[in-house]
Amino acid sequence: MTRRVYFDHSATTPVHPEVVEEMCRFLKDNFGNPTSLHYFGQKARKAVEEAREKVAAAIGANPAEIVFTSGGTEADNMAIHGVAYTNRNRGNHIITSAVEHHAVLNTVKALGKQGFTVTILPVDQYGMVSVEDVAAAITDKTILITIMHANNEVGTIMPIAEIGRLARERGILFHTDAVQSFGKIPVNVDELNVDLLTISGHKIYGPKGIGALYIRKGTRWRQTLFHGGAQERLRRAGTENTPGIIGLGKAVELAMANMEQEAAYLTRLRDRLIREVTEKIDHVRLTGHPTKRLPNHASFCFEFIEGESMLLSLDLQGIAASSGSACTSGSLEPSHVLLAMGIPHEVAHGSIRITLGRDNTEEDIDYFLEVMPPIVERLRAMSPLDQETEFALSDRCNGCRISHTCRA
Amino acid sequence: MYSEKVMDHFTNPRNVGEIPDADGVGQVGNPVCGDIMKIYIKVKDNIIEDIKFKTFGCGAAIATSSMVTELVKGKTLEEAMQVSNKQVAEALDGLPPQKMHCSNLAADALHAAIQDYLSKKKKEDKQVN
Repeated sequence: MTRRVYFDHSATTPVHPEVVEEMCRFLKDNFGNPTSLHYFGQKARKAVEEAREKVAAAIGANPAEIVFTSGGTEADNMAIHGVAYTNRNRGNHIITSAVEHHAVLNTVKALGKQGFTVTILPVDQYGMVSVEDVAAAITDKTILITIMHANNEVGTIMPIAEIGRLARERGILFHTDAVQSFGKIPVNVDELNVDLLTISGHKIYGPKGIGALYIRKGTRWRQTLFHGGAQERLRRAGTENTPGIIGLGKAVELAMANMEQEAAYLTRLRDRLIREVTEKIDHVRLTGHPTKRLPNHASFCFEFIEGESMLLSLDLQGIAASSGSACTSGSLEPSHVLLAMGIPHEVAHGSIRITLGRDNTEEDIDYFLEVMPPIVERLRAMSPLDQETEFALSDRCNGCRISHTCRA
Repeated sequence: MYSEKVMDHFTNPRNVGEIPDADGVGQVGNPVCGDIMKIYIKVKDNIIEDIKFKTFGCGAAIATSSMVTELVKGKTLEEAMQVSNKQVAEALDGLPPQKMHCSNLAADALHAAIQDYLSKKKKEDKQVN
């Protein structure tokens, strides 16, 4: 039987058995609608509010500042749209970065077509946004800065506290997408100086389809996405996803209890993986910041070969990873994050992301290190690219037969 | 996502490599776009006697390269020129729609190799005459 190793925890995590157990109770017996006034409804309401308290406590917030959403994408949309439309009379300028998740990037781009002006900041070679660039981009029309806490593709941790301080000094609202960082490193809304913050359940061993948005009390924000009932203090209409909320609460509780110990363990595994991959295989680039990176995150570009081919080969050996290569995204462009970091297209196509989780072991790393070099060797033997030809070819696109989509 | 045939050709690609003294070489795509295919042919008496490929690209790109070499080995140049990207995809029991336009360039690479051979031959014939 093929050995199975899961290395894609930034995509999603397995649901913790205690989370499943807790959710099942609310799927089977405690089925009430939290809005109902009767016994069944009150029981559900109590559980929802307990979950809210757990989420709030984990980020140093007040429970009244937490709104449950259907996940990170909705929370990002809700934060950005809500601030943009509420503060339109004050200005129309939004600042973000080139390496944001599409839930942020595409939302601000959509606002850009509706009369808002958007500045998309560049990043350095490690995928890091500079505080100076944020300061330079601010105008008297700036109403929102939205920069992610940690990048989902390369794991780089951004200087959020400094950016938040700057935003506060200038009276600008600041949102951070903390979907990847929450549960892995400390996330405290006061220490980070944020007004709005996004989290998601399924990245922390909770269920999919549940997330939360923190909105600091007094923030000029109103809901713009859903019109309906008065749930979530009029901030998010629709019957609460009670089992999901309960699951999120339990996942948060477990994440907080284990975070420190787990981060130390994963950092050790991650550092070994990075060290040995770069030692054993030539022409490999570590992507992301060498030290300011998430504890479970290792990402690489393997030169001269393509990411999807590596993923398929790994999967045939039972290893699940991910790639920012074009062929896995349904577009011909490789990852916007890697391109923003200045990595050439042909190198960015060869990206692999390994994101570790609490069930991974030293043996899993051993297995990867055993399996990966022959895969790279086999694909390179098949590739017409090598050190000499790659860069000569990258300068031009004259021979490209797919010019209708190639934007090189 | 991929058919068994695609996975078979991806896992065990046929005719991988180079022909150092190839009669024709064709290359299409660009690494910037994510796929590049290079096909080498050896021609004898108007027949493709040997064919090899090298590919930088996804699983579909490797499988289509492999399949096209299988389809035309031993065929006349005229027959090989008739092979289309669509036929290559069909021979693999289909490709996912998003892969059709970006990965299936194998027949184009083959046609480029044949054109290369024909233009070289034309030059040689001129020199002889």
